[in-house]
Amino acid sequence: MDTATEVEGREALVERLNDIARGLRVTDIEMLVKAGSGHPGGTLSSADIVAALYFHKMRLKPEEPHWPDRDRFVLSKGHCIPIVYAALAKRGFFEEDLLGTLRKFGSPLQGRPDRIRCPGIEAATGSLGQGLSMAVGMAIAGKLDGAGWRVYCMVGDGESQAGQLWEAAMLGGRRGLSNLCVILDQNQVQQSDKVVNILDIDPVGAKWRDFGWHVREIDGHDMAQVVDALDEAETVHDRGTAIVAHTVKGKGVSWMELNPDWHGKAPSDEQGAIAIAQLRGEIDGDESRRRFEALEGSK
Amino acid sequence: MGAKATREAFGEALVEVGGDPKHVVLDGDLMKSNMTYLFKEAYPDRFVECGIAESNMVGVAAGLALSGKVAWASSFSCFITGRLEVVRMSVGYNEANVRLAGTHAGIGIGDDGASQMALEDIAAMRALPNMTVIQPCDAAETVGAVKYLADEHEGPAFLRLTRQKLDDVNGDGYRFEFGKAVKLREGRDVCLFASGATVQEALKAADELSGEGIEACVVNVHTLKPLDAEGIVREAEHCGGRAVSVEDHNVVGGLGSAVAEALSEAGSGSRLTILGCRDYGQSGSGAELYDAYGISAKHVAEAARTAVGRSS
Repeated sequence: MDTATEVEGREALVERLNDIARGLRVTDIEMLVKAGSGHPGGTLSSADIVAALYFHKMRLKPEEPHWPDRDRFVLSKGHCIPIVYAALAKRGFFEEDLLGTLRKFGSPLQGRPDRIRCPGIEAATGSLGQGLSMAVGMAIAGKLDGAGWRVYCMVGDGESQAGQLWEAAMLGGRRGLSNLCVILDQNQVQQSDKVVNILDIDPVGAKWRDFGWHVREIDGHDMAQVVDALDEAETVHDRGTAIVAHTVKGKGVSWMELNPDWHGKAPSDEQGAIAIAQLRGEIDGDESRRRFEALEGSK
Repeated sequence: MGAKATREAFGEALVEVGGDPKHVVLDGDLMKSNMTYLFKEAYPDRFVECGIAESNMVGVAAGLALSGKVAWASSFSCFITGRLEVVRMSVGYNEANVRLAGTHAGIGIGDDGASQMALEDIAAMRALPNMTVIQPCDAAETVGAVKYLADEHEGPAFLRLTRQKLDDVNGDGYRFEFGKAVKLREGRDVCLFASGATVQEALKAADELSGEGIEACVVNVHTLKPLDAEGIVREAEHCGGRAVSVEDHNVVGGLGSAVAEALSEAGSGSRLTILGCRDYGQSGSGAELYDAYGISAKHVAEAARTAVGRSS
């Protein structure tokens, strides 16, 4: 992104991005608490990848959101947009004060991304399965124009049950869209239950490979692996890359992790305070869980 | 110009406007039916074959449009507008410069039968807040509409086209005027509103009625949204509030509904008879079906006679 990054060593980069991801998670919980609704599980699982994209990989001009040469990000799992709002505010696309208006009447920070209302949003999403099609269209446009910008698209594992996503994967694979990098946030849980209990998508990496994509499987919470995979995607010149990021829904808050109850419910003020204490490293996961259970028991 | 299918005029017009590199055409394995193969032959790099995957095609078109292209996604109208929810979010809500070209609209396709007959497409597209809906009635109007959508229009649009040939109604030198209903024939006794393939039926009915001393005004509503409400109300009232609409589409949500909304909102005392389809369609020849579904010239004439109190 800037000169400072270029001279930044790998370890320092990873440390910086981990710090940013931690901050995004805290902001995310604060936003959801204030909004009184939202999706903690899938925002927390994608925080590390979002941090790497917005603070390492993507070329953006916050003061010029429609800069023609910018990289594009489409969050196909649109319900997880608060973590992106947190990143956009931190990058300077809008004032951080705005984050407190999430999901409120008149706010540009709609419950799902709104391209018209919110600077930095490339495409409305939220109806699952559609985002990758738009990302494929953007990548085709980039190829037609011989443009240097790249397209990133994050999809969910529950979302990977949608047929349109695989229509897009088939077309994208066929056209060898080396300017497109898909990241699957495989956080293992969807609204009602674990993905494996609803409609298993595995072996999902093999599916992407069969559709003609370069596939890289990573631990989506190991920042060094996230950065490596994103960097590697730029070196593949004959096809698009699909990064299968193995993640944990609710990552960072012990009592939210892999628990479908925290798919689409905001924490209360008290619950949020416990979550944030753990995210900030003030308490460990066990203590966080103990406090959460004590809080619940007292009700 | 003789009789020509509007899908054919569409394919030719796309080649005409296609020299501008902003235009990209997408198809779902129907390029020979939609005539988009003509664009593919002329500009192969800017033709995107999406296969039989229309939801994705609509989304890809949106992505292209959000990257500065004018994306023409073409398929049978029932397949493309049938992906309503993708049209709604990826195209409409995003205000994407997508042109949905739905060919083979209505029962006019004939033999292929109900599954291929788009009869609810106008209703669905009209309900999307920023969707423009245009249905040309002949080749010249199709060319005019394509040129307008290519160079002047901003935002999403739906162009409804026919498989079957349509009479040359407008003639050479016709100038397409977006959003303006076209009076094709003067008359004071009854006003006939038609759009697309039914315009020629309304004109034939007017000829028939004229022989009986009934002078029908014929109005071609090529732009169904935004509707020329003022012109429609004016022509209906000019005919004493006696009006008939005829469409190759379900009676709910299409031309008839649009005209009724305009008349009602204006406080017009006009009485409108809405002719159109009421089921999913079936196989048969186009002519047989137009008769069976009550939208052929003879049914329009009969509705007009009833409207003027001279029912046979």
